[in-house]
Amino acid sequence: MTVDSLHHTVAPADAGPADPALVQLLTPEGQRREHPNFPLLLDDAAIRDLYRDLVLLRRFDTEATALQRQGELGIWAQVLGQEAAQIGSARALRPTDMAFPTYREHGVAWCRGVPPEKILELFRGINFGGWNPLEFRLAPYTIVIGAHTLHAVGYAMALQREPHNDDAVIVYFGDGAASEGDVNEAFVFAASYNAPVVFFLQNNQWAISVPESRQSRIPLYQRAKGFGFPGVRVDGNDVLACLAVTDAALQHVRSGQGPFLIEAFTYRMGAHTTSDDPTRYRLADELEKWKLRDPIERVKAYLSRSGLADAEFFASVDVEAEALADRIRSACVSMPDPDPLAMFDHVYADGSPMLDAERRSYAEYLASFGEA
Amino acid sequence: MATLALARALNLGLRRALESDPRVVIMGEDVGKLGGVFRVTDGLQRDFGEDRVMDTPLAESGIVGTAIGMALRGLRPICEIQFDGFVFPAYDQIVNQLAKLHYRSRGTLTVPLVIRIPFGGGIGAVEHHSESPEALFAHIPGLKVVACGNAADAYTMIQQAVACDDPVIFFEPKRRYWERAEVDTDAPLDQAFPLTAARVVREGRDVTLLAYGPSVKLALDAAAAAAEEGREIEVIDVRSLSPLDFHTISSSVSRTGRCVVVHEAPVFLGFGAELAARITESCFYRLEAPVLRVGGFSIPYPPSRLEEHYLPDVDKILDAVDRTFSY
Repeated sequence: MTVDSLHHTVAPADAGPADPALVQLLTPEGQRREHPNFPLLLDDAAIRDLYRDLVLLRRFDTEATALQRQGELGIWAQVLGQEAAQIGSARALRPTDMAFPTYREHGVAWCRGVPPEKILELFRGINFGGWNPLEFRLAPYTIVIGAHTLHAVGYAMALQREPHNDDAVIVYFGDGAASEGDVNEAFVFAASYNAPVVFFLQNNQWAISVPESRQSRIPLYQRAKGFGFPGVRVDGNDVLACLAVTDAALQHVRSGQGPFLIEAFTYRMGAHTTSDDPTRYRLADELEKWKLRDPIERVKAYLSRSGLADAEFFASVDVEAEALADRIRSACVSMPDPDPLAMFDHVYADGSPMLDAERRSYAEYLASFGEA
Repeated sequence: MATLALARALNLGLRRALESDPRVVIMGEDVGKLGGVFRVTDGLQRDFGEDRVMDTPLAESGIVGTAIGMALRGLRPICEIQFDGFVFPAYDQIVNQLAKLHYRSRGTLTVPLVIRIPFGGGIGAVEHHSESPEALFAHIPGLKVVACGNAADAYTMIQQAVACDDPVIFFEPKRRYWERAEVDTDAPLDQAFPLTAARVVREGRDVTLLAYGPSVKLALDAAAAAAEEGREIEVIDVRSLSPLDFHTISSSVSRTGRCVVVHEAPVFLGFGAELAARITESCFYRLEAPVLRVGGFSIPYPPSRLEEHYLPDVDKILDAVDRTFSY
C-alpha cells in the first residue's frame, strides 16, 4: 500500500454529519430514524423528560453566563450546544455507575443529581466542587485536560475485581484532550486490562481556538481501532442517538468485552469560557450552520409533530426553567465567602503537624487585628 | 531478628502489606515475573497472583493515573517507578491530581497510594538513573515524602506508608539496597517509630549532621572519623521530608550550635535550603556558625566516571564540619 492510497482509505476529519458512519436517530428537522445496531428503547414520557432536561440545562447555563457577566462568578464554561451529548449519555447510566467529568459537564452533573448551585460554587471560587463525588457518583471536575481519563480506567479496573458487580465507568473528554498523552495511555491501559469503561469524547470542533483538524487527521472515533476496541461516531446533537449508543456501549463494557469509544460529533456554540472571544478564530457562518442542528429544537419539533406533547407541556417546562434560574441566581448571590482558615482543611487525610502550626500562626495573625 | 539487605527488607515489608490487607496491590514496570529491576518485589507475583502484583504497560503517567482511580474505588496501590529519572512523565498526575484530590473534594475522597522511587547515585549508571528529585515532591502540599536509610527502617516505613491514608512518595536509597542490617521482623507495626518522625541515629554535642536516604551512612561514617579526632557529631536521619519533624532537629541544633546538611541533590534550592532557613529562624541565638550544606553542584547529574566528584563523601562532610568551627 502506498502512502497515497493509505490517505484515501480514511475519511476527512471534518466529515461530520454527512459521514455515513454517523449514528442518528433524530434528524435536525425532528424526523425519527432507526439504526440496526442502536435501537431506541424509550417510551414517550421518557422523551418528554429528555426534553425537559435539555431545556433546564440550557436555562441553567444561560443564567450562569449572566451571573458571570454581572461579576457573581469568576468564570463560566458554557455547555451551550453540547446539551444532547451530555444528557443523552448520562441518562443511560445507572445510579451506581461512576462518571468522570472535565469542567464543562454541567449536563452530566445535572443527570447525576448534583444541585446546580454546587457547580456554581466552583466557578464563584468558593471551593473546587461542592458535591460529594461518592454520593453522586460524579468525580470532581478536572481542569487539566485528559488527566482524569486514567482515573476512570483505574476505577474501572478496581470494579473489575468486585464479584457480581457489573457497574461501569464513563469518562468525558474532548477533541483537544484526545491529543494528550494521558488519554492515549488511558486507551492502552483500558485495552490491556479489558476495563469496563466508556470513553465519551465530545468532539465540539474547537479546543479553545484550535480546530479539530489540528488534533487528528482521521475521525477521532477511528482511533479506537488502533487500540483494539470499538469506536462509534454519534450525532452529538441528537439526544436519542446519544442515549441509545451510550446504552449499547455500557452493555458492551458491562458484559466484559472491554472498553468502548463514543465520539459525539457536536459543536461548542458558545465561547470556550466567558474569558474567550471566538470571533478571533472562527466565522459566524459556522455557528449559523450549527444552529440549524440545535439539540433542543429537533426534540421539540419531534414531540410537537408526533403529538407527544402539547403547548401546555412546553409552557410548563419553560415555567420550571425560569423558576430554576431564579433559584440558582438567589443561591449564587447569597453564597458567603468561606472562612479564611478553611483553606487549611483537607490537605492531608492523616494530618500534618507542620501544617497545623502554619494554621495556628495565621489564626494568631488574623486575631491580632481584632485585638488592636 | 534477622540480618537483611535493604532491598530484601523492603520485599518482606511489601509481603507483610499484601498479607495484612487484601486492598493492597503492587503495580509497575517489571514488578511481576522479574521481581523488579532491583528485585524488590521478587516472588510477590508468584505468591499473590497477577491481580495483586501487576506488570503494567510501559507508561509512568498511566501507572500513577490508573492507580489513583483504583485508590478512589478503595484499593491501596503501591506503584514502583523504576528509576528516579523516570518519574517525570508521571509528575503531572502526582502534582496536579494525586496531591490535590483530597483537597479538591473537601476531604470526601482519599487517595492512599504509595509511589516507590529508587533514588540517588553511586552505582555507575547511565543518565537518568542517579537523580535525587525529592525536593520537587516535598515542595508539593498534599504529598507525604519520606526516605529510608537502612534495612530496619525500610521494612517498617514501607508498611507504614501503605497504611497511611495520604499519598506517600517513598524514596529508596538504591546504592544501599545491598547493605545489610538487623531487622526486627516480629515487632508490631502499631508500636513502631512513627513514619513522619526524624531519628537521632548517633548522639553528639559538638555539631549536628542532618541527612536522609543514602547520605545517612555517609554522615555516620563521618561522625565515626571525627570521633577519632575528639569531635562529637550528632547525626539525625531526617526520614520524613514532608511533613518535617522539625522539633527533633531544632532541639539538637539548639544544643550543638552547629549544623551541616548533607544530600546528593544540588544544593541550590535543595532540601537543605529549607532546613537551613528554618534552623536560622528558630535557633538564631543558639547558632555558633551558619548552617552549611554539602550536596551536588548546579549541574545535571554527571557521567558515572565523574560521579565521585559530584557526590557528597566523608571528606566533604568533615571539611564542612571543620568550617563550622572557623566562625
